[in-house]
Amino acid sequence: MRKGNTLTYIALIVACLLSITPFYFMFIVATRKLEVINAVPPPLLPGGDFGENFGRVLANEHAGFMYGLINSLIVSTIVTICVVFFSSLAGFAFAKLRFRGQGAMLLIIITTMMIPTQLGVIPLYDMMVNFFQLDGDLLAVILPFLVSAFGVFMMRQYAATAVSNELIEAARVDGCTTFRIYWSVVLPALRPAMGVLGLLTFMEQWNSFLWPYAILNADTPTVQVSLALLASAYYTDFAQVFAATAVATIPLLLVFVVFGRQIIGGIMEGAVKA
Amino acid sequence: MTQQQTGGAHGATGQLSHLDSRGTPRTANHGGPRFRKRERLSRLDVKYSPYLYVAPFFILFAAFGLYPVLMTGWMSFTDWNLIGDWKFIGLENYANLMKDEYFWNAVRNTLAIFLIATIPQLLLALLLAEMLNRGIRARTFFRMIIFVPNITSLAAVAIVFGLFFRRDFGAINWLLDFVGIGPIDWRRETWGSWVALATMIDWRWTGYNALIILAAMQAIPRDLYESASLDGAGRWRQFTSITLPSLRPTLMFVIIVSTIGGWQLFVEPLVFNSGSGAILGGTQRQFQTVAMYMFERGFSDLRFGYGAAIGFALFAIIVVASMFNFLLVRRTVRE
Repeated sequence: MRKGNTLTYIALIVACLLSITPFYFMFIVATRKLEVINAVPPPLLPGGDFGENFGRVLANEHAGFMYGLINSLIVSTIVTICVVFFSSLAGFAFAKLRFRGQGAMLLIIITTMMIPTQLGVIPLYDMMVNFFQLDGDLLAVILPFLVSAFGVFMMRQYAATAVSNELIEAARVDGCTTFRIYWSVVLPALRPAMGVLGLLTFMEQWNSFLWPYAILNADTPTVQVSLALLASAYYTDFAQVFAATAVATIPLLLVFVVFGRQIIGGIMEGAVKA
Repeated sequence: MTQQQTGGAHGATGQLSHLDSRGTPRTANHGGPRFRKRERLSRLDVKYSPYLYVAPFFILFAAFGLYPVLMTGWMSFTDWNLIGDWKFIGLENYANLMKDEYFWNAVRNTLAIFLIATIPQLLLALLLAEMLNRGIRARTFFRMIIFVPNITSLAAVAIVFGLFFRRDFGAINWLLDFVGIGPIDWRRETWGSWVALATMIDWRWTGYNALIILAAMQAIPRDLYESASLDGAGRWRQFTSITLPSLRPTLMFVIIVSTIGGWQLFVEPLVFNSGSGAILGGTQRQFQTVAMYMFERGFSDLRFGYGAAIGFALFAIIVVASMFNFLLVRRTVRE
């Protein structure tokens, strides 16, 4: 393969600048006084008013931003744990066990990935409100997402190659039950893929919008619902909205700085396998 | 890669139930009267426990995935409005939908935004992937930075780009002023709003798609290129006759995923159009998408039956559009 030339580097650096600029501006506006957003040209360095701006976010009862942060943390954590657990369990069964109807079941799971999520929103809303009485309840945004077809498929693909048949066989001979094999042979081997799936699930849940927006209200928002409430009612106070946006984004940036390499590896690996 | 599980004969020393298996394994077993019972349990474990492991997915999916979708289908034949009875009205909702100019307006907007977003996005992603596939320094750094937009929430993207795309004092209009283009009212003008929304989509997804394409590029055997360059094929020739054909399945995947996502566009236009009537997508509905229209009829007007019909129409559009793109890729990119 040819070595990259100067032009390649210039183009890539421009692409990177385009990627980062919106983040950078988010932090500039979040840390400066409100008037600054109308300055032409815009300021290039962050200021020192973040505390004041974020103070206005916290004092804003309409948006319930702190509740949003806590609620999102609860929802994303519970969903992530369950998705990773159920996906690895089912993925192991599909990759390493034999049972009747296995192929058809896997096909069904893959097919369900094509159904658009918005399609069932109205009956789901009806079910949550009228049957489960969960209007505005956090459980309503947790329950529908405890399993993921994508997760099962990803775990199956990974388990097929990462878990050695000999090890499973040996465990059987030693008298391990199937669940014990899952717990002490399969889980350790699946750990890298579970990490990637967990990170992707957490980010997806943290950023999830449509369903929480439909079922939750201003008293129990998730962080994205709270952001939308802020942006829609206080769109003149950009400094406040941006301070909240920055705080809502920082956890994901931190996750990405620490685990970005694994996430990208997982996505690229999955792309080739799928 | 599936493996034949040997049955109970080997696993005869299994524990009584897989549920208490967190305890220490019992290794010793010397037969005796309990031997046969264990053997039978173990055989049950091997034969039936797989169903237990896949059951959570199917049970939860049936309740919260399949049931709502089927109900949407049924609901779309009724005039239900959350409180009253379900009155069966046949195809009336769909007949009304065909005559509904707001629906067709939403279809047109969504299609336009999808096209404006997807075509440049794919070309850019291909170019980026091609550049990342050259022997460059700091490759991990570049990969991470072009991916990072994908981690932000849609709401955050729309909020930040909403600031860039203001008519007065917006960064984009400020830049356009240098090349002599007058201020554009991005929220009010139809084309302006489409371009603004397409920009948000592309900012978030181009890097992601570039990485997917890059992964596929790296799987192309190197010797194909070597023999091609021995035959005197130039870089462009190699790209069109080796790279592109090998990328066909991946391009198909990327385009179908973009189609499914693009037709469901909802959050960006909603947040872009701040204020109380946000769901309308602009004063003249100039950027209301199909998903927004479904939401408006279903949740704002409480016409759930009609909203459900819009949902199924959207599903039909997605299926047709995906098939169309599938055929398009198959015809244009030769293997």
